[in-house]
Amino acid sequence: MTDQQLVHLVGVSKIYDGTPALKEIDLYIRRNEFLTLLGPSGCGKTTTLRLIGGFEQPTTGKILFDGRDISSIPPYKRRVNTVFQRYALFSHMNVFENIAFGLRIKKMDEKTIRAKVGKMLDLVNLTGFETRSVDSLSGGQQQRVAIARALVNEPEVLLLDEPLAALDLKLRREMQHELKNMQKQLGITFVFVTHDQEEALSMSDTIAVMKDGEIQQIGTPEDIYNEPRNAFVAGFIGESNIVDGVMHEDKVVEFAGQVFDCVDGGFGKMEPVDVVIRPEDVKLVQPEEAKLQGVVKSVTFIGVHYEMIVQAAGIDWLVHSTLMEPVGAKVGMLVAPMDIHIMKKVSFG
Amino acid sequence: MVRFLQRTYVYLIFAFLYAPIAVLISLSFNAARSRGSWGGFTLQWYVELFQDRVIMNSLYTTLFIGITSALVATIIGTAAAIGIHNSRGWQKKLVMNLTYIPVLNPEIVTGISLMILFVFAKLQFGYLTLLLAHITFNIPYVILSVLPKLRQLDKNLYEAALDLGAEPWYAFLKVILPEIMPGVITGLLLAFTLSIDDFVVSFFTTGSGVATLSITVYSMARRGINPKLNALSTIMFVAVLLLLIIVNVRQAQDEKKARRQNDKENTLSLVGRASAADIDPEWMQQQ
Amino acid sequence: MNRTRPMLPYMVWMTIFIVVPLFLIVYYAFTSTEFNGVALTLDNFRRVFQPVYMKVLWRSVKLAVVSTAVCLFVGYPAALIMAGNAFSRKNTVIMLFVIPMWMNFLLRTYAWLTLLERSGFVNQFLARIGLPSLNILYTDSAVVLGMVYNFLPFMILPIYSVLSKIDRGVLEAAADLGANKVVTFLRVILPLSLPGVISGITMVFMPALTTFVISRLLGGGQYTLIGNLIEQQFLVVGDWGFGSAISMVMIILILISMAVMSFFEDGEEGRALW
Repeated sequence: MTDQQLVHLVGVSKIYDGTPALKEIDLYIRRNEFLTLLGPSGCGKTTTLRLIGGFEQPTTGKILFDGRDISSIPPYKRRVNTVFQRYALFSHMNVFENIAFGLRIKKMDEKTIRAKVGKMLDLVNLTGFETRSVDSLSGGQQQRVAIARALVNEPEVLLLDEPLAALDLKLRREMQHELKNMQKQLGITFVFVTHDQEEALSMSDTIAVMKDGEIQQIGTPEDIYNEPRNAFVAGFIGESNIVDGVMHEDKVVEFAGQVFDCVDGGFGKMEPVDVVIRPEDVKLVQPEEAKLQGVVKSVTFIGVHYEMIVQAAGIDWLVHSTLMEPVGAKVGMLVAPMDIHIMKKVSFG
Repeated sequence: MVRFLQRTYVYLIFAFLYAPIAVLISLSFNAARSRGSWGGFTLQWYVELFQDRVIMNSLYTTLFIGITSALVATIIGTAAAIGIHNSRGWQKKLVMNLTYIPVLNPEIVTGISLMILFVFAKLQFGYLTLLLAHITFNIPYVILSVLPKLRQLDKNLYEAALDLGAEPWYAFLKVILPEIMPGVITGLLLAFTLSIDDFVVSFFTTGSGVATLSITVYSMARRGINPKLNALSTIMFVAVLLLLIIVNVRQAQDEKKARRQNDKENTLSLVGRASAADIDPEWMQQQ
Repeated sequence: MNRTRPMLPYMVWMTIFIVVPLFLIVYYAFTSTEFNGVALTLDNFRRVFQPVYMKVLWRSVKLAVVSTAVCLFVGYPAALIMAGNAFSRKNTVIMLFVIPMWMNFLLRTYAWLTLLERSGFVNQFLARIGLPSLNILYTDSAVVLGMVYNFLPFMILPIYSVLSKIDRGVLEAAADLGANKVVTFLRVILPLSLPGVISGITMVFMPALTTFVISRLLGGGQYTLIGNLIEQQFLVVGDWGFGSAISMVMIILILISMAVMSFFEDGEEGRALW
């Protein structure tokens, strides 16, 4: 129990009409953790969430909650609440009644209900909106009502299905911040689904990157960013240059026609690998100072830095640099051994 | 000038459409029995109308059948709409095709086929057969009124209620039903209106001694002109007009709301019974 | 699939009251009751093709086609005008087309009985302005008039709804490309409005072909149209086999006309492409 595993998915698969949406997932969620399921659409992240919420039953495997199998328990008996993508507010009820919905089902007395709803409205900064119709609220406000409506039931786990997708950028940033604070303040486990890697990196304690119904990697945001396990994760988390390479021996790799030192090992001799290099890890120097030489093909200024495409060894490299080199300039590219990430080749379906 | 001619053309069509109704209404207040001359204003025909046992009985029958069949059709139809909304693929296609049969079938075919069935089942023709027939042709219109409302719903609404602890029935009664209520009411009104308006199906499925207003009108009209019929027409025209105004006001409110929600979902236009056949031109083309 | 369960009662209901009865019609059309049981037969259909009944069929189709054509030629310009900018309060104008449709059609038909009779309103009016009287009651003309009166809005409204959805930009583009009004109409508006025309034709032709009330009230005589023939077979003669056979022929006629129209629609759409 050192881990305080609250939810545990054991070998869970989900098959819809013959097409698998989840393939034997194993995943545990710790108490008070902010876990993000990250991946492109169709990767199975929403299915995973719906399984935890009880809206779907797993085809195989089981879902443990505090050690108990809840796979076949209906949603209304689970101590889990959900914030839906488009909020799913009850438009025939006002803000107060929306939030009070769950409490009324529990047959709480009016005084308790009023107190609890009041506290929630305070938490989501909507005090004074009690009698407003939910249709008259802005997207951000509706979002807050949806969060309050779920949290007022004091769930042990709050599930959030791309809750910020419908908001504009500025509002989204604000809400990311607020959600993170709420989670810390309330000490509730959050399971958050998104396809936005920045969102995932900035909010989560743990990220599970998913693709094609499988979990590609689980780890802290730092782990995932710095040590992506395969080219997919690397490509999905931030921008990356991913090129083919061959491992000569431990800590020696060949790519782009040159042999480089690196820090990874444990591969077979002459094993083909994926080499991943972050654009900000490439240092542009004089051509003669580097093994890898290329020509600047394009330069775009994007605020903090220049984004350049450098062609070298027949490959277009994405490079971020605070110094500009003009188009057509000959440059050398240096990458520190620890910034050369070696990954096992995986075949993607 | 062009605009003037265009307007005149449309006004002439209106004259064509409304003149007979106007003549009928004015004749209902005409004291002279002959239609040729104006014999002064009278309410005599209205008085006679309300004293006519046959007409009054058929009015009660019409209202009874209309209300009962609309209520039953609304319950079955709303439940069906929810099932259809949740179904997929061939299942959905099958049920929707079934729904369009009575909408597109000539009324006379619906009428005689039900008549054969009732004879076959040895049912006694009368209130029961009339009621069964009216429910049958009403249900599809309820479904077609409720389905668009269901499509407008956030697909997670039901799940949200379950998520907050509501059991399925509670979720339906407290969340889904109130949200689709406008469609249900529209369906109910539409069913009631179609029922009181129906003649052909009633004609084949009623028994001796049981007549709806339409049937009474038919048998009276077959015998020639009757000033009481003029009075009856006037009352029915006004009644339908009122119903139509209510339905349309409701619909306009709905549309306003839908537009506010930025929802371009088609709501069933209450243009008339035939409009239902017009809802889905693609379906028509498949035929 | 527990969430589709609410439609079960409906499925059962429709099976009993729609599907089974339709099969019963087919059953009666293809069988005859002999003294020793039920026999499969085509006699009912053979009878439909006897000259006396073919005449009724022909006449029904003719009157329905004439009525549909009149509705189309009167209705299309009206729909076009309404879709244009001749009226500022469009919704009111449309409502005015809708209202008469909601009046009981028996009463609408009955109204013409009052208008058309020998000393009726129309003849009084004609006499006053010095024109000879018009005695069309109980003729085919009266039946056509009754059909046009009853079904005209069914032609106008679908055409209007398609016309009003035509993007103004398309018309401006046509003008911009040098099309004059006639060419714009023939090559742009008309093809685009075809779906509305098709559905209008269907909505007029079908009830016109199957009615037995209008012909009975305004047409007088007995076996005027298919509808009357069917009604007679079921309610007076009691020959369900023959009645069912005529009904099936009528349904087939309708299906054929719908198929023909959707063929035209496809063809026209194809042509509109170039």
